[in-house]
Amino acid sequence: MRALLRDGRARFGLAVLLGMTLLAICAPLVSTIGPTEQRDVVVTRFLAPFTTDVHGVLHPLGTDRLGRDVWARLVHGARISLGVGALAILISTALGIGIGAIAGVWRGGIRAALLGLTDFALALPRVVLLLLLAALWRPSALLVVIVLGLTGWMSVARLVYAESRSLMARPFVDGALALGAAKGRVLTRHIVPNAVTPALVAAALGFGNAIMLEAGLSFLGIGVQPPAASWGSMIASGRDTLVNAPWVALAPGVALVLVVVAATLVGDAVQDWRGA
Amino acid sequence: MIVTMARRLLIQLLRGIAVVAGVVTLTFVLLRLAPGDPAERLLGPAATAEQVAAQRAELGLDEPLPAQYAAWVARVARGDWGTSIATGRPVRELIGAAWPATVRLVGLSLLLSYLIGIVIGAIQAARGGTALDTALSVTTVTLFAMPGYWLGLVLVMVFAYGLRALPAFGAAGLDADFLSPGARFVDSLRHLALPLATLTLIGIGGTARFVRASMLELRRAPFITVAESKGIDGRRILFQHVLRNALIPVVTLLGLSLPALFSGAVFVEAIFAWPGVGRVLVEGVQARDYPVVMAATSISAILVVAGNLLAELGAARVDPRLRSSEAG
Repeated sequence: MRALLRDGRARFGLAVLLGMTLLAICAPLVSTIGPTEQRDVVVTRFLAPFTTDVHGVLHPLGTDRLGRDVWARLVHGARISLGVGALAILISTALGIGIGAIAGVWRGGIRAALLGLTDFALALPRVVLLLLLAALWRPSALLVVIVLGLTGWMSVARLVYAESRSLMARPFVDGALALGAAKGRVLTRHIVPNAVTPALVAAALGFGNAIMLEAGLSFLGIGVQPPAASWGSMIASGRDTLVNAPWVALAPGVALVLVVVAATLVGDAVQDWRGA
Repeated sequence: MIVTMARRLLIQLLRGIAVVAGVVTLTFVLLRLAPGDPAERLLGPAATAEQVAAQRAELGLDEPLPAQYAAWVARVARGDWGTSIATGRPVRELIGAAWPATVRLVGLSLLLSYLIGIVIGAIQAARGGTALDTALSVTTVTLFAMPGYWLGLVLVMVFAYGLRALPAFGAAGLDADFLSPGARFVDSLRHLALPLATLTLIGIGGTARFVRASMLELRRAPFITVAESKGIDGRRILFQHVLRNALIPVVTLLGLSLPALFSGAVFVEAIFAWPGVGRVLVEGVQARDYPVVMAATSISAILVVAGNLLAELGAARVDPRLRSSEAG
């Protein structure tokens, strides 16, 4: 862990993720006004960043077309974006490691079935599925977590499977098998611990991806429902006011890019650290 | 050796057909489970229950699900994709009209992002650890982290609203029909610029990062040390040994990125009002236009399976180890 912290990328990435998490947790403390609070819409809408409105409230990132404070919505939206991303990636990483490693160790029917399942899941048009599911059930954060978790494990599974296959061809696995180790033991003692690095790396990337997709769903209006703030719905609402109030769409986008970059850098650092 | 390769391809092909069948069946079931009825949407809120029932009978929606499914499969087997419920036009015509726009956008961005991405990744690996490498890394990771719909908005903000240099939406200007062939071509290029830039920039980020990482990892491989100790020229090692081997996973990535690109195109087509398959699909889902959604889903599933098959073939072509019998 200390070696990992010596890496500048990891320090930056972890600092951003930690800072954003803290902001999300302390959202009511760091914002002067509620995320959905509206006063006199006519005089408080489209205020530029760093202006104080007629009520004496400072808006560090300005206001949107309903006069809501963009900074307050940003930090409250972070709760949803980060929470959904973390939960979704927990589900998909666990599924991916399990499926990938089992398919790598056992040949024959089990492998064919699991690889078939992975191919099948990969071939599902994710966006269509999301559109259909959102039409089936009332859109909610929980639905987004489940759908993203269940449709995001394939890349982890593929990487873990490839790693397991190459590990199975290594002499130390042959040795363990020749000494009479059961396949279950090989799986848990030799394959999973060695295959966990690509899974971690994929998880870090997947975290960023899940956050992006959550925002994408909210952007299309089938994710988190208004008036609750989510980065995606904030970008969507800022889309119509790009010309006269660009900060409404820019602020959540920058936050989103920052978090995804941070997650990616942490993933890179973990990869190099384990590979070194 | 060739026999085993052919056998594996046959197995892949059979598996691919099973995948397509599964995707189509799942979509069919999910579509029918979803609330909302095309007959109601077609007739509007003023329709009486009898009118809706009559319309449903006319569309064949009153039959039991398995019978509807069998009828759909039988029609498709004869090459008939049905008629769009919402627009009354044949589905083949709808998709046929939208298809070229998506292929132009996705195909070009695939080509550009892989070409540019491989070059950038190779430069970074050759200059590993220098300021240039760091600067390019910061750029590619930022591009990689950008959601397509947001990057699209930013580009529109800068180039369409700010500089007023490029059109913000559509595939052709309103006056396109009255332009000379040359001017019409320029007009279509100008409309293509922003959506293509959006998809390509994001693709470059991913490809360059991937190529850089796999090249740097390969440089530590024992066979590279051997080549270096034999005194082979560093540049030759980089291109003939490192880059060539680093391209193996890139070929696989290429096959796997087809469906992601298709999904990405759905968002980008929505932002830029690009008249492609993605937009037909989203509009089809919203209107519960069953035949249209089924056709678009089938095509995207076939695309994915074909991508996987091509990736397998391509990987076997660049990596002889995958052609050996034991690899399976």
